[in-house]
Amino acid sequence: MAVALDQPDTIDAASPAPARRRRGRAEAVPYLQATPLFLILGVFLLVPIVMIAVVSFWDYDFAQMYPGFVTFNYTETLGSWVTWKTYLNTLKYAAIVWALTLTIGFTVAYFLAFHVRSTAMQMVLFLVCTVPFLTSNIIRMISWIPVLGRNGLVNSALVGSGLVARPVEWLLYSDFAVVLAMVHLYTLFMVTPIFNTLMRIDRALIEAARDAGASGRQILWNVILPLAKPGMAIGTIFVVTLVMADFSTVQVMSGGQSASVALMMKNQMSLLQYPAAAANAVVLLVLVLLLVAAILRVVDIRKEL
Amino acid sequence: MARAAEIDIVSVSKVYGRTTAVDNISLKIPSGSYCCLLGPSGCGKSSTLRMIAGHESISTGDIRLGPVVVTDLPPAKRGTAMMFQSYALFPHLDLVDNVAFSLKMRGVAKPERRAKALDMLKLMHMEAYADRRPAQLSGGQQQRVALARALITGPEALLLDEPLSALDPFLKVRMRAELKKLQASLGITFVHVTHSQEEAMALADLIVVMNDGRIEQAAAPRTVFERPSTGFVARFMGDHNVVSGRVTAAENGRVTVQVPGRGSFAALGAPREIGSAADIGIRIDHVRLGAGEEPHLGFSGTVANIEYRGGSVKLSVSGAGLDDFTAILRDRDFYAQPIAVGELVALHWDLADTLVLGRLDS
Repeated sequence: MAVALDQPDTIDAASPAPARRRRGRAEAVPYLQATPLFLILGVFLLVPIVMIAVVSFWDYDFAQMYPGFVTFNYTETLGSWVTWKTYLNTLKYAAIVWALTLTIGFTVAYFLAFHVRSTAMQMVLFLVCTVPFLTSNIIRMISWIPVLGRNGLVNSALVGSGLVARPVEWLLYSDFAVVLAMVHLYTLFMVTPIFNTLMRIDRALIEAARDAGASGRQILWNVILPLAKPGMAIGTIFVVTLVMADFSTVQVMSGGQSASVALMMKNQMSLLQYPAAAANAVVLLVLVLLLVAAILRVVDIRKEL
Repeated sequence: MARAAEIDIVSVSKVYGRTTAVDNISLKIPSGSYCCLLGPSGCGKSSTLRMIAGHESISTGDIRLGPVVVTDLPPAKRGTAMMFQSYALFPHLDLVDNVAFSLKMRGVAKPERRAKALDMLKLMHMEAYADRRPAQLSGGQQQRVALARALITGPEALLLDEPLSALDPFLKVRMRAELKKLQASLGITFVHVTHSQEEAMALADLIVVMNDGRIEQAAAPRTVFERPSTGFVARFMGDHNVVSGRVTAAENGRVTVQVPGRGSFAALGAPREIGSAADIGIRIDHVRLGAGEEPHLGFSGTVANIEYRGGSVKLSVSGAGLDDFTAILRDRDFYAQPIAVGELVALHWDLADTLVLGRLDS
């Protein structure tokens, strides 16, 4: 950018016209600097969203889409009790998975930040947490099947030890299996931001609280938890958006017995009902944005960014 | 709340792994006094304070607060309160809740603890900011809130860990005066850790100079200033030239020390064994220009540096085996016959301005 600024100096500086041009160019510099990011976000984020929004108003039949402006994609989607049930089911998954990942994530992060004394050990344990991410989501999910199946590890252990007479059916292809796999997949997204906030808490605050007579539990409740809120909010945003958009885990782990919004969209797309899927996507996007806005209203995460 | 405790530290040591931070110190801090623990960083003064507060375990020895041995008590049960270096105010709480924190931990009902906290803030002239967060306050204001928070439990002793180090020089002097006033009005024991001798001199009734985990001298400021007990104290307080050498004569309360191969200097002090190593101190502000009449109470050297300091001029002179011998001259005396760097000057002083310094091991 320095080149662009220096060049006008070779022009006669006394005449007013080049001076004005120079100022014009200087003003253009920040816009120029912002252009690459704008292009990337525009092409890969804004344009696709606008396209989805546009398509959601198109007409379609079994073979083709017809450009136009119809609203029945929305009225059909919102008017069907199946849609409402699916949304409620997805929100149920989101709520349960959120509660579990928050509890487990905070516990793990707290242990790492406050009970592991050496920084080296902290880093080692944190990296151990990330090791599963070296394999794909699908593989980690599918690896639950031989564990939870009718003749899987858990059931053969239970039957073999005589605790149950016949294999437990609800371990696999159930809501339990879906939630278990999701918690397994997404807990780290909770651990990382919470660990980050906990590491930033001034240790003198803990001592000050102890000096004021606070017990371990009181310190946790009155000092550490309130100060960890921004990290918990960021983790919550990660987990909620991931669960709301999930279709593979629900499909594989429920064995097709449960539905989620994204799975519904996938089915619509495989039937070539793209405008209906687009309308669904817009509704889901609005819902998730509302959820994120609600989280941001409760917790100020700006100091973390 | 004017219940003040005497603090008695008995043969206390603090060992971290292989390093000894505090090495078998004993100290009695009278009740209601203002005590400053003074020393360079890493001398063990903060560890000592944290052991009194209960934030550091005591490796060996005991600490008594009034009649109670507090060695194994948790911080809140000791009757001490600590003010932290960075104040450690809770960033998520407003000032009232910050000050009321310890009352909340004791289960005091909300209206009562908020009223008490507000009273405490009033005492510190901070009630106008009661609903602000700490981040919205200046350093001096944060310090007042930290004081209010520490004092709300009515401690018998207040422990301050470098309380003024985060403030700018101007504010430092003002808050220093406030601390002193507060201590006088509350009448409780203050223990204040600092590395600034100026701060310690201005505040303390009792200065404890520490070095290398040991106490070099514990005395009133004037004694520490005029009669430093060791070479370290004299150097750290900065008001004596310390001359090291071997004793060549000792009689009539006068000890003569020879700097190896160079000049001899006399000082007042108890007799020492001839030939033993000794340090003597010479007050920097009592050195005068010109050749003296008495032997061993002056020398000639070249001026290495001149510093103008307003009311006085600081000369650094090298000669007679001494490096950087400091002389503080009144500006009037200096400008009556100005001297330039590199010139040869004669300096002399009185026997009364010298003393033989001790060594910690002897």
